[in-house]
Amino acid sequence: MNIIYILWLRQMKKYRRSGVRMVLSLVQPLVYFLTLGFGFNALFEQAGRGSYIQFVVPGVIAQTILFTSIFWGVNIMWDKQFGFLKETLVAPVSRLKVMLGNSLGGATIGVIQGVALFIIALIFGFHPYSWTMLLLTLLIMTILAITMVSFSGGIGSIVNDMQAFMAITNFLVIPLFFLSSALFPLENVPAVMKAVAYANPLTYAVDALRYSLVNQSHFSITTDLSVMLGTMLLLIYFSIYRFKRIQA
Amino acid sequence: MQPVISVKNITKKFKEVVAVNDVSFEVNAGEIFAFLGPNGAGKSTTIKMLTTLLQPTGGELFLSGHDVIKEQDAARKIFGIVFQDPSLDDELTAYENLELHAVLYGVDKKMMRQRIEELMTLVELWDRRDSRVKTFSGGMKRRLEIARGLLHHPKILFLDEPTLGLDAQTRKLLWEHIRKMNDTEGMTIFFTTHYLEEAEAIADRIAIIDHGKIVATGKADELKTLTNTNTLEEAYLALTGKTVRDESVDSADNMKSAMRRVIANKRR
Repeated sequence: MNIIYILWLRQMKKYRRSGVRMVLSLVQPLVYFLTLGFGFNALFEQAGRGSYIQFVVPGVIAQTILFTSIFWGVNIMWDKQFGFLKETLVAPVSRLKVMLGNSLGGATIGVIQGVALFIIALIFGFHPYSWTMLLLTLLIMTILAITMVSFSGGIGSIVNDMQAFMAITNFLVIPLFFLSSALFPLENVPAVMKAVAYANPLTYAVDALRYSLVNQSHFSITTDLSVMLGTMLLLIYFSIYRFKRIQA
Repeated sequence: MQPVISVKNITKKFKEVVAVNDVSFEVNAGEIFAFLGPNGAGKSTTIKMLTTLLQPTGGELFLSGHDVIKEQDAARKIFGIVFQDPSLDDELTAYENLELHAVLYGVDKKMMRQRIEELMTLVELWDRRDSRVKTFSGGMKRRLEIARGLLHHPKILFLDEPTLGLDAQTRKLLWEHIRKMNDTEGMTIFFTTHYLEEAEAIADRIAIIDHGKIVATGKADELKTLTNTNTLEEAYLALTGKTVRDESVDSADNMKSAMRRVIANKRR
């Protein structure tokens, strides 16, 4: 059996065994989807922008993946603090493979959560404009999940204190989400906000998801994917670099 | 005979503290070697450097002729280790923990199941193979870790206080297993302990480290003769003094206290 596969499998087993936590982590995005989606729908339609539910679902899918993945680095800290990490660190395998196996596991969980939210949205009346484009949606979700998991794993490798980890991730997750285009269109917002959103990598993920799901977008899909892939590679490098530097 | 462990002038500095200071020693193939010393003397730091977990500040380390710093992967294949603190995944079953280890060490797939069964039977845990490790007692976890450490047939087995917190029955069982591996496979055993009677009964040779320096090396009898004492404990105290040491807190302690703070905050 392959090393990356067995470490991926370990993450999957732990996820499956986490029981109720699996469901609970969907509650927050679901609340966003239901309250915002149905709350603003009428207003959005009056403004001549079409259905807000259609607009916000890509944003909430991005949020689910963002929230699930950005806290995933806790697992690295957990392994570090409760000893299992040492088992992988003394093994005759490259840390690159160890981190890839771990990260791919974490990213798979993020994608599963994103797909789960998509299915719930379907039940509540969301309809994608093209079923074949869902393959692209899946690809975008995967890139986003790998990006956020890598970021989180890198942070988890650096800090040794659970509170510091939570402080850093909480500090980032809310601005990342609210200052992207997840909840509102970027056309008529103030220039400063627009500039911030342009600098926020999550904006491009939301935009790409919106393109693939409801055929609306602010940037071209090429721009979105280029920014996303660039960010992903950078953060994969970051996570592996930091993971290699862990000394027990 | 070529030494299987060779430590040459090794030093490790943490910011202001010198944890290990110019330490040199050798362990021969097939030997059972005890590494003794008070808390904070540098035992665990030395083991961590020997097992590639820490980079030494200076000096050289060789396992079976492989430079531990330059040929990490070659060195890693040579040893198995049982850490001072548990390093199992609690959410996985006992079998899954060993399976993961087998894959990490490239144990042949056909051999894997058979070897896991043998070792788990040896440590009397085969019946519990499908239980999650979080349901195990401290002694069971330790036994499982020893089975895991032996799974890839290492030449050297490092044991960092393997019997800490275990009852007399389990300790006896563990040492019997370890002795057997030493006899049948000629496996070199390098262990630390605070139980001096264990060291005296089991070790072929003993090194005593204090304040990051080796203060004496030899057979138990030689150490007794050297210090003109009757037991290893007396010899040990004669060499290391009677002051009580403070050990610096490690990251696990930090984590535990942080979690207590989090839990306390949530209750408020």
